[in-house]
Amino acid sequence: MANKSKYLVGIFDDDEVLIKAIDKIRGLGVKIHEVYTPFPVHDLDVHLGHPRTRLGKAAFMFGATGTTLAITMQTSMLGFLWPMNIGGKDHVAYPDFVPVSFEATVLCAALGMVATFLISNGLGPGKKAKMFDPRSTDDKFVMAIEFDKNTAFTHAQLEQILTESGVSEKPFEKEL
Amino acid sequence: MNVTSPVRPALVLRQMHDKNRETTYHDVTNDICKQVEAGFNPRWMGAMAISLVVLAWGCYCLYRTWWFGLGEWGLNKTIGWAWDITNFVWWVGIGHAGTLISAILLLFRQKWRTSINRAAEAMTIFAVLCAGSFILMHMGRPWLGHWCLPLPNTYGSLWVNFNSPLIWDVFAISTYLTVSLVFWYMGLLPDLATIRERATNPISKFVYGLMSFGWDGSAKTWARYEMISLILAGLSTPLVLSVHTIVSFDFATSVIPGWHTTIFPPYFVAGAIFSGFAMVLTLMLVTRFVFKLEAYITREHIEVMNKIILITGSIVGIAYITEFFIAWYSQVSYEQYAFINRMFGPYWWAYWAMMSCNVITPQFFWFRSIRRNIYWTFALSIVVNIGMWFERFVIIATSLHRDYLPSSWAMFWPTYVDVGDYLFSFGFFFTCFFLFAKFLPVINMAEVKSVLKASNEQSSEGYADDEYNTVEEKAVAQH
Repeated sequence: MANKSKYLVGIFDDDEVLIKAIDKIRGLGVKIHEVYTPFPVHDLDVHLGHPRTRLGKAAFMFGATGTTLAITMQTSMLGFLWPMNIGGKDHVAYPDFVPVSFEATVLCAALGMVATFLISNGLGPGKKAKMFDPRSTDDKFVMAIEFDKNTAFTHAQLEQILTESGVSEKPFEKEL
Repeated sequence: MNVTSPVRPALVLRQMHDKNRETTYHDVTNDICKQVEAGFNPRWMGAMAISLVVLAWGCYCLYRTWWFGLGEWGLNKTIGWAWDITNFVWWVGIGHAGTLISAILLLFRQKWRTSINRAAEAMTIFAVLCAGSFILMHMGRPWLGHWCLPLPNTYGSLWVNFNSPLIWDVFAISTYLTVSLVFWYMGLLPDLATIRERATNPISKFVYGLMSFGWDGSAKTWARYEMISLILAGLSTPLVLSVHTIVSFDFATSVIPGWHTTIFPPYFVAGAIFSGFAMVLTLMLVTRFVFKLEAYITREHIEVMNKIILITGSIVGIAYITEFFIAWYSQVSYEQYAFINRMFGPYWWAYWAMMSCNVITPQFFWFRSIRRNIYWTFALSIVVNIGMWFERFVIIATSLHRDYLPSSWAMFWPTYVDVGDYLFSFGFFFTCFFLFAKFLPVINMAEVKSVLKASNEQSSEGYADDEYNTVEEKAVAQH
């Protein structure tokens, strides 16, 4: 984070007001940098126009990898590397491989997906959060608008748009 | 728009100190962060001291188990598996409620899980660790524990036997522990960020900052967070059911009368949910009292959990009766003897303790006044867990102690080391739980906030109903 940008920050008290404000502000052609909320607000990403996350597909791929690895491992170990005669049963008995294959699928899907989630959001031990206002983890909904991305509007215009959209406090500028 | 639904009472009640106003988001933050930010409560320190003493005694017994070997236990040639495996299955069963609450109830959109899921998941993780400790204990040589895993080795490259349910168990339990831990920790991130932003002391700021992974609560993060919660829930749902199914396979795939029944998987899963919810109730009632969380863990929550206990308890009861019926219907004399011996043999007391605790006790919950009564619920939740311990003991010990050869019939009696090893797991469990309750938020603040608005619209009358143990008590107070 070498180069800092200047943002206009608006604080909202209510999630419904926030959603209406987002629709209004985006309708005017202003690009919203990001909105920070204390809890997941339903369809907030849709109103902001964020693309749908592809984590579901990633999870499926990780899960399929897990199944393949587990079946390959069991078949090769019991079937070829060291075939054991256990009560005259088949060396490669696929019904017996179901539990371990299932568990490996779940394990790989869960760990792979969570790792993808952490990496794609830049989260990890010791990472510093980009906080516009600390109250966004408590009870306020915080909207940030980057000045450089909205050169079509003057600072005063942006401030007026934000003020008229239902903020609960006077918008302030912040460099992050 | 103000819609009041009479069938859905408020999930979050008005504040204890000010019933004239609605609970705000900030109240939620304050109420939950309070116990993390406050100093050490003397009651907490007392409880912690007791659990550390129990843990210390358990460690001594554990040392004897490992240093002198399994001869320290009450096992004999006939019964090679009793106390340790009973405790293992008991703890794994208890470890089923947390992920059930956070995964299955999430898929079913049950909003009441929001205030209990955090503590229930923590309890799951500690319970599964306790279960795992019995696996290590009964190995006798725990330093060879890694032989359970398919690791490359120099014994002619000898691999584990994937046809064995015991190996399935290794995979099931370790996957369950890992996935539950990940699920729990992801849910903690937003709340850890809240504590980080509130922290005044530089040490807390640093530690919670490190632990919160730089969570900022942006819309993009939340959208992805909701997606992973949903997928983790979808993955955990079959996982929860698979774990106790596989534990039941340890017995069901054998040829021991009383064990090799096809009813075991569903019967064990129902029993696991039954005992898990009982343990959640025991712990939540104490946590609710100590941290004054009556506005968040309401009688409504207690009542719905008691309903689950009622239904799973009744499934367990039907399973007991079905086993008997099938033993009679099969006309296999060994199978029939195993069940007659359970009822009237030398372990009759364990059998009747199990029947009265697990089949009769939950039936009290047909009465609404008992389901909503704190004292009854607390007492019955403990009785259920005693009963569930006896269930595992009955299944394991009675089926083994009289085998096909009457000259080798024997009895199992625990030694003090057996009991001490069991106490070890209690000491470990409660030490972990108390540490969790002190240093981490016991209620998921972010999720409670997401249901707060809907709840406030319904809470105008919520409190009045919640202050009293029974309808009678309320009537008396109002006169």
